[in-house]
Amino acid sequence: MRMDQPILELRSITKKYPGVVALDDVSLSFYRGEVHAIVGENGAGKSTFIKVITGAIQPTKGEIWFEGKKLENNNPQKALEMGISAIYQELNLLKDLTVAENIFYNRYIYKHGLIDYRAIEEESHKVLERLGVKIDPKTLVKNLSVGYQQLVEIAKSLSRTVKVLILDEPSAPLTNNELKYLFDIVEAMRKENMAIIYISHRLEEVFRLCDKVSVFRDGHYIQTMHVKDTNKTELIRLMVNRELNESFPALHTSRGEKVLEVKNLSTSLLKDISFSAYRGERLGFAGLVGAGRTETARAVFGADKIKSGEILIDGKRMKIDSPSDAIKCGIVYLSEDRKQLGLFLNMSIADNILFSYLPKLRNKFGIISKGKASSVCDAQIQNLAIKTPSAQQLVRNLSGGNQQKVVLAKWMLMNCDVIFFDEPTRGIDVGAKQEIYKLMNQLAEEGKAVVMISSEMQELLGMSDRIIVMHEGKIVGELSHEQATQEEVLRLASGV
Amino acid sequence: MQKKMTGKRNIQWNDMGIILTLVAMIVIFSVFTKSFFSLRNFTNVARQISVTGICAVGMTMVILTGGIDLSIGSLIGLTSALAAVMMSNGCPIILAVLAALAVGVIVGFFNATCINYLYIPPMITTLAMMISLRGAVYLITGGMPIYGIPEQFKVLGQGSIGALPISTIIMVIVFIFGYIVLGRTPFGRHIYGIGGSAETARLSGVNVKRVLYKMYMLVGLLGALAGLILTSRVNSGQPSSGDGYEMDIITAVVLGGVSVSGGEGKLGKVIIGVIFMGVLANGMMMMNINEYWQRVVKGLVLLAAVAVDIRAKNKAKAV
Repeated sequence: MRMDQPILELRSITKKYPGVVALDDVSLSFYRGEVHAIVGENGAGKSTFIKVITGAIQPTKGEIWFEGKKLENNNPQKALEMGISAIYQELNLLKDLTVAENIFYNRYIYKHGLIDYRAIEEESHKVLERLGVKIDPKTLVKNLSVGYQQLVEIAKSLSRTVKVLILDEPSAPLTNNELKYLFDIVEAMRKENMAIIYISHRLEEVFRLCDKVSVFRDGHYIQTMHVKDTNKTELIRLMVNRELNESFPALHTSRGEKVLEVKNLSTSLLKDISFSAYRGERLGFAGLVGAGRTETARAVFGADKIKSGEILIDGKRMKIDSPSDAIKCGIVYLSEDRKQLGLFLNMSIADNILFSYLPKLRNKFGIISKGKASSVCDAQIQNLAIKTPSAQQLVRNLSGGNQQKVVLAKWMLMNCDVIFFDEPTRGIDVGAKQEIYKLMNQLAEEGKAVVMISSEMQELLGMSDRIIVMHEGKIVGELSHEQATQEEVLRLASGV
Repeated sequence: MQKKMTGKRNIQWNDMGIILTLVAMIVIFSVFTKSFFSLRNFTNVARQISVTGICAVGMTMVILTGGIDLSIGSLIGLTSALAAVMMSNGCPIILAVLAALAVGVIVGFFNATCINYLYIPPMITTLAMMISLRGAVYLITGGMPIYGIPEQFKVLGQGSIGALPISTIIMVIVFIFGYIVLGRTPFGRHIYGIGGSAETARLSGVNVKRVLYKMYMLVGLLGALAGLILTSRVNSGQPSSGDGYEMDIITAVVLGGVSVSGGEGKLGKVIIGVIFMGVLANGMMMMNINEYWQRVVKGLVLLAAVAVDIRAKNKAKAV
């Protein structure tokens, strides 16, 4: 086979999920000895694309060609055996075993029917040497830093024959020192004529490391360029260059007094976060995954420990050590992980809505008044137009939009002033999205401060009166509604 | 909608399952023994189940939060021994009773502290307590039965109002109390929530640690009450009192449909589980089945009960 033939070729790959097209007719080729970056916003379809290549998911349509042959019935085991190896951001190591055991897990070398530890240690040593890393194969993985653990993960995949190496956000957990190792390894693998697919949020790495770059947007393949022919501004423009055609309900109020002020908030991840939220205003938080937006909301809400910083409500300093404290101060938070952290799926709508409000429903004997409980609950179901035959329906049986309304109904009972919405419309269909937006506006019009974290650019631009942009645990910019454009938001979020 | 219907039918079948098995058991015991089917024996069963029944109310709460309490049998033994020793040494009944109840609450406080602040899983915490408390029982009693309990104290475990044993009446009151607490107080609803998702409960503003403290202290208090009733019924403090009761209690609760993974279950059905275990033990004794076989059967019943629970769970998930 000629060297200028692609080693891996994807033809017209489409992946549909009920109601969403995650990948739409993507065709892309990868060549030996090339580092090929894939960039795009959150939800552009990068992860889905990788999973199709590794056989973790089956495309709805399209073909994969590997070394000139069509690949049928791809699955993770088969892909691995053929030499397609992926390293994900979440490491897949057994932390209580040694480096050598991890590298050879399930492929042990045997002698007299028993595992030959000396042999696997020697083989591991060779692989690590090839990577140019000094790690003793007998070290327990849990005693290594995250960066080194990742190198072990790479070594694990290189202990097999690898022809295509996929690195999914490999640099995210690494320190600067470890980053250098990673770059050296990618360099070395390129020299070994491997095809490397490199996915990263960090554009500077793309320009430092990669030969080609492909841009994805909203499940579509946009364009592939040689890195030397492009620049960051152009990449950002391609990543966000979408028509803004979704419409958002208008807000009929203007910004009131400052209600929440956060001063110099720091946690293990956040660095010196300061911002204010105002009554009657919708404040958006933009940033890429891992920028620290959810962490900011959780820290203000008392869900995570803070190292330093002050939280002021109406100018008064508040001590917030737990969500219960935050709620007393009028701050509430709707989690992005609605099912795990926002709801009790196996409990009824009534139980969920009233959960935080229960103490207020007690009569003089300390017992919950049934009549009061059901009238309060029914009023909330009606106010928020939750579609259900009865308040006793299990929350598990509701649609995403109605589940979100249940969470909101719970908080609206608590007399809150500041409401954090974390990805408020994730997993919610179009019609219900509009309802959630209207509810958010209604809250702002009632004089509450609405704070929204969103990874959906249209929603962020359409539903925010002001946008704060975060990057790697820091606030890197603030844009008014007029200043905020897709390019500007993504430029700041990418740390450019 | 359709899905929900099938789910409901499953649960109803499970409820019917235990009741039908109970009825079948009663028929078998009635046929094979002379004395089983009699008012006298039924009163006897009612008396016997009061100790485990009272503890089952507490155990239901613990299992609802996703925990388990293995120390309850040893706590019964400890409070029983303590009260017996105090009373046989001439201490006023009221003082002995208060001391036993206080010990129950303290043990609950200790369990909750280990779980809340040392992050030791409930199973391990209470396993350790089960061993230590049993040691304490032997220390207090010197390994010998304690006699010399005042006559007036007998009324608690041996007295009756009409045909109804007083201890059974106490158990019923405890069940009603538990029913109201679990169904109609914030504390009870928060117990369900913690079992469903402790993190969601915390993020909903519930002080999860405080709820667990209250709950384990209440469980200890109920355990002490059960210990006192047992002391009164056997008219002595036995070093092996309450030994193995935790397993009967847990089995009764799981038979009653409380999910071992927490968050789901109703106290109203737990009473059926308690009766089931009581009838099983009594019937096997009447049939002269030896004690070793009785243990084999009880173990298998626990396995079967958990298997039914897990199967229902998996089915619900598959739907």
